Amino acid sequence: MAYSEKVLEHYENPRNVGSFDKDDPSVVTGMVGAPACGDVMKLQLKIDENGMIEDAKFKTYGCGSAIASSSLVTEWVKGKTIEEAAAIKNTDIAEELALPPVKIHCSILAEDAIKAAIDDYKSKQTK
Amino acid sequence: MNYFELFSFTPSYEIDTALLAERYRELQRAVHPDKFANSSEQDKRIAVQRTAQVNDGFSTLKNPISRAEHILALNGFDLQHESTTVKDTHFLMQQMEWRESLEDIAHSSDPHEMIAGLYESFSVYAKKIEQDLAPLLLSDSEEALSRAADLIRKLKFMAKLNIELERAEDVLFD
Repeated sequence: MAYSEKVLEHYENPRNVGSFDKDDPSVVTGMVGAPACGDVMKLQLKIDENGMIEDAKFKTYGCGSAIASSSLVTEWVKGKTIEEAAAIKNTDIAEELALPPVKIHCSILAEDAIKAAIDDYKSKQTK
Repeated sequence: MNYFELFSFTPSYEIDTALLAERYRELQRAVHPDKFANSSEQDKRIAVQRTAQVNDGFSTLKNPISRAEHILALNGFDLQHESTTVKDTHFLMQQMEWRESLEDIAHSSDPHEMIAGLYESFSVYAKKIEQDLAPLLLSDSEEALSRAADLIRKLKFMAKLNIELERAEDVLFD
């Protein structure tokens, strides 16, 4: 299957790959996986005291579309507030990357990774 | 279509695979289109359809994951076409670690040993899931079946790991 140019671009030059120190209190982590293809995605956000996302990193084991989706998401969330990041929809990701229907689940995974990271943030806030 | 019925089994995760293969051969013979060479067009068409069903049934029941999914499907759960995301952090951390290990094989001082160790770890972990899964699939309670669905999703990740490990092995020793 042919990947779109945007997917290839992110796949060949993925942005923000790696991990933050998970013991850093400003770092939250979202881990998600897609059973259909066995893809695993980790998204980490560095969030300042005002709820602004300062930085983002990801590590994804999966196909080109999954890697591109998570790479794109790390670019998008930087500088956004938690609320703005939570509003990112999988359809936005799929549209930006021109994902074919069989790869829509990769964008769903990336959206769910943001949500999981925000859940982690909220659970840390209430502690 | 209930493939367990077609092969005269009661729906269960544990199945006698030798018996399955035997019944497959019997059914295949009984519905083989060659036997209907002199029959009406309609009978020929039915024989072709039946053959396809028997083949689909055999491959569904032979593979443990699709067999488990079939039991859930008979109970109204469609796992095959879902796009549910797994969020069990502990499980996913383990998956990440194993994926990292797969990447390390190429740089390992003893790749054979490392590959053998990973096969063993994957197998032990998957067996544990299967032990929990088998009794749940005999239940018809919604709660048990939804827990079974979770375990089947995890088995799919384990199947993927095995494929990746085989690939790593091929790359190394080809």
